[in-house]
Amino acid sequence: MALLEVDNLSIAFGGVKAVQNVSFSVDRGLVYSVIGPNGAGKTTLFNLITGVYTPSEGDIRLDGKSIAGTAPHRLALKGMARTFQNLQICMNMTALENVMVGAHLQLDRNMVKAMLRFPGIARRDRELKDEARELMRFVGLESYWNLGASSMPYGALKRLEIARALAAKPQILFLDEPAAGLNTHETAEIDELVRKVADSGVTVVLVEHDMKMVMNISDRILVLDYGKKLTEGTAREVRENPDVIAAYLGSNA
Amino acid sequence: MSVLKRHFPLLILSVVLLLLPLVLPNNYYYDIAIRMAINAIIVLGLNLLIGFAGQISLGHAGFVGIGAYASAILPTHFGWHPILAMLAGAAIASAIAAIVARPIFRLKGHYLAMATLGLGIIIAIVIKNEATYTGGPDGMPVAALGLMGFEISGEKQWYWVLAALLLFSFWASRNLIDSPFGRALRALHGSEVASQVMGVDIVRYKVAIFVLSAFFASLMGSVTAHYIGFVTPNIADFFHSIELMTMVVVGGMASIYGSLIGAVLLTALPQALSTFEGWETVAFGIILILCMIFMPKGLVPTLAARFGRNGQEDR
Repeated sequence: MALLEVDNLSIAFGGVKAVQNVSFSVDRGLVYSVIGPNGAGKTTLFNLITGVYTPSEGDIRLDGKSIAGTAPHRLALKGMARTFQNLQICMNMTALENVMVGAHLQLDRNMVKAMLRFPGIARRDRELKDEARELMRFVGLESYWNLGASSMPYGALKRLEIARALAAKPQILFLDEPAAGLNTHETAEIDELVRKVADSGVTVVLVEHDMKMVMNISDRILVLDYGKKLTEGTAREVRENPDVIAAYLGSNA
Repeated sequence: MSVLKRHFPLLILSVVLLLLPLVLPNNYYYDIAIRMAINAIIVLGLNLLIGFAGQISLGHAGFVGIGAYASAILPTHFGWHPILAMLAGAAIASAIAAIVARPIFRLKGHYLAMATLGLGIIIAIVIKNEATYTGGPDGMPVAALGLMGFEISGEKQWYWVLAALLLFSFWASRNLIDSPFGRALRALHGSEVASQVMGVDIVRYKVAIFVLSAFFASLMGSVTAHYIGFVTPNIADFFHSIELMTMVVVGGMASIYGSLIGAVLLTALPQALSTFEGWETVAFGIILILCMIFMPKGLVPTLAARFGRNGQEDR
């Protein structure tokens, strides 16, 4: 059974049908990319799946269970994590604390126990600090760990978001344009990082504009255009599909 | 972080509180120190809500009023033990906070400010109008606070009670901020959508911290009532809310030291300015305006940044 199944998903904002009857499924362990011209509905699709928007129609199943319309904080419990196209880093915190927030659900969050500093809470927090530093090393940010997020460069923040998402120990990770705004060198690093994440057993769903990266690392690709599914297939199939070429470059017909 | 390093600020505060009586010449100064401590404890709670969680409350004096009047009314009219009355007041304040918080924390910015402002004003109006129980605008006397046959009275005794309460609040606030709960609070301030996606139930957290700050405000209302021995509706009014809010902002948002400094300075300032005779409110206003122009982040964060520390460790 596929890990993620999206079934006839639609949402309309007023008269704009941002996503229309989109269906696809993602098998466990794959790198699955969603591409399409600007405004094709890629981020909207992400927001639907990760609970930020509630679909007008259709169903989303994770592990066979319907999750359509579930609040985002409940989806995190089911092993879903994501990053954002326009960074959503907590600038009032250090890099390390941002990563630690990712592990929120694995901790004892009791307010009174925290105030009285129960030994278990402090101990678990110290362990978590080590785990978070390990994750920062994994994404290549070890030198930043004690720095305030507000004083980090953009490229590093992109990777910090990935580290934070990984701290949640997700089974499926949604990356919304991880390479947007990065130079060629940084994009190559993200490319490598996404591959490392996938190799560690996390299923990755990716929205990305950098075609070189997409074609390089995707096991399967979904192409959206004007909110509709244009086609789906391997990198080679998608690249050679005349509809995809037309959507990106325009056609004479 | 080593145990000593972590407890160092607590140690410093204990030493200051222990040594302070040696330099306090008379009861007038004890009185100011006590008021500083009461304000500091309320402001610590309020700063958790405003500074750390990024929410606002312009009606917090309402909760102080609930505590004060619970401690005045329940022992006088119903013969309750003062400690029981104090706890009942805190429970009532917490319950009201919890009930109204769910709907109002769906609001943001100015709307949230208006809703909390309204809440405070309603509480103040109820206190003023229910004259049968509250004595109306004239206020009412409060019974002394007795504890196991021992009655707390006089500035010197109250000083030690407040010193202990302040130490506890300081310790507990620091613990809370440096915990998964506190991290979630700061995270929802930084980015609501990101913290939701990481599993933070943001409404639950906003409600919890609002209730906690109301709880402490109410307890300090009770303490104030017993200490002064008399309550008037002024304790719950809008200006008191603004005063508390100003302490948070001047001391420094999201700064625990800032809460202490803000409460100490703004409690002392009107006393220090009393020599201006009639012009003290003007002087007070000018000082606040200058503070906001030159130190918009508040005293402690500005000074911490000035002296080359990034402020992260200085909470």
